[in-house]
Amino acid sequence: MRHLLSIADLGADGITEVLELTDAFVEVSARAIPKVPALRGRTVAWLFYEDSTRTRLSFEAAARRLSADTMNFSVGSSSVNKGESLLDTARTIQAMGVDCIVVRHGSAGVPWQLARWLDCSVVNAGDGWHEHPTQALLDCYTLRAHLGSLADRHVVIVGDIVHSRVARSNVAAFTALGATVTLVAPPTLLPAHLDGWPVAVSHDLDAVLPTADVVYLLRMQLERQHEALVPSLREYTATYGLTARRAARLGAEALIMHPGPMNRGVEIAAEVADLPRSVVLEQVSNGVAVRMAVLFLLLGADPPSSAPDPTEATP
Amino acid sequence: MDAPDRPRTPPNDEGVAARSQVMGPDDVSRALRRMAHEVIERNHGLDDVVVVGLQTGGAPLARALVEALSSIEGAPVPLGLLDVAFYRDDIGLRRVRPEAATAIPSDLGGRVVVLVDDVLFTGRTVRAALDALTDFGRPRAVQLAVLVDRGHRELPIRPDFVGKNLPTRRGETVDASLAGVSLVRDPDGDAGP
Repeated sequence: MRHLLSIADLGADGITEVLELTDAFVEVSARAIPKVPALRGRTVAWLFYEDSTRTRLSFEAAARRLSADTMNFSVGSSSVNKGESLLDTARTIQAMGVDCIVVRHGSAGVPWQLARWLDCSVVNAGDGWHEHPTQALLDCYTLRAHLGSLADRHVVIVGDIVHSRVARSNVAAFTALGATVTLVAPPTLLPAHLDGWPVAVSHDLDAVLPTADVVYLLRMQLERQHEALVPSLREYTATYGLTARRAARLGAEALIMHPGPMNRGVEIAAEVADLPRSVVLEQVSNGVAVRMAVLFLLLGADPPSSAPDPTEATP
Repeated sequence: MDAPDRPRTPPNDEGVAARSQVMGPDDVSRALRRMAHEVIERNHGLDDVVVVGLQTGGAPLARALVEALSSIEGAPVPLGLLDVAFYRDDIGLRRVRPEAATAIPSDLGGRVVVLVDDVLFTGRTVRAALDALTDFGRPRAVQLAVLVDRGHRELPIRPDFVGKNLPTRRGETVDASLAGVSLVRDPDGDAGP
């Protein structure tokens, strides 16, 4: 594996490989000294054109626990503000000798463009409304830890689907692992075309809740309020929010997930977010281990492409 | 391990892969029992002793050694398992994946760790294991028990307890487990130790 750009690139086998490797990094993370020397001497650079505290911190923790060095190219205070092009920025970072660039950008497709231009590995940490593969991987890991397998499970994704890269990556990942996915949202928050998406669609949250094994709530993007996609946040909460009353109707084993940051009182009621069945914080801690697995697979697990095995296996 | 398209060589010809058994299952169990006595003798008992098996070949041997130790001294001995993949020095040179879970029972600070592996060869796995152990505390001592020492060390590492010293050529393969020890001659192996 050279880059991690999308869930589709990985496929079911690739997802499973990441999840199995993640087990080992969960164990590492639980140690008194949660650090291994696996990526000593490798350098990972963050190139984040959009604000992201949690994803960047999670990647940072992952890289450090693998003993990789990290560099932050902070776009806000850099030459990008002076008009440097993406290509020049990327080439500059590569010229500093990095092994991997983790990129977040507001435009879909930027990680692919970088992967074409550069020799180093590229990880997509979110591109526009398109993909956020490490989020989907950590969600799959969290679900697998609770459910054993996603096969024939029913995952209900609720909220702003159209603007959500989390939803796109998760639909691909959950269905690749055999789950059934239902999207629940008002028509204004669904993509205009769902052709080719292996999902069911509903506008009635109460109708689908009883059969849900997992309710995955998306963040209501408050900054989009001026676009008048929903009449009001109160109305959104009344129709699509996971209120305490709705949570009480969930099956005994059903889980509640959210990629964060949560708007308590909007898409999820404050007390619901703190229920034992809410695995939001597990998602966060699993995120570090999953990103360790991704970085290790990209930077350490295999010999440089097609190089012959230089050593005989040592027992 | 012959490639399927390699022309067949007559069975007794020089250069055909041949397997010869060096120890049977009973020999292995007797060797482990002797090693258990040596561990107890060396440490004047089993106070603070923790047995740690290296994944994957050392794990069943470590379990068997723990059983032997416990039955001799009549007290339980803690068992840990360690996968050293993330500590190897050939990461990036060949395919490296953890093969099985690491499970270290407690802080190793102040304990005597007996590392157990199936075959001691270049010593690089043991070097990685010594590094890994320091992440679980500072053992008072680390000792090394191996079922087979086949030579060809690339690092200054020696075993404390050995089931069998088995001179080999570099290209040969040694299979060592509770089921026995056998030497597989590799027709492509280089000549001489």
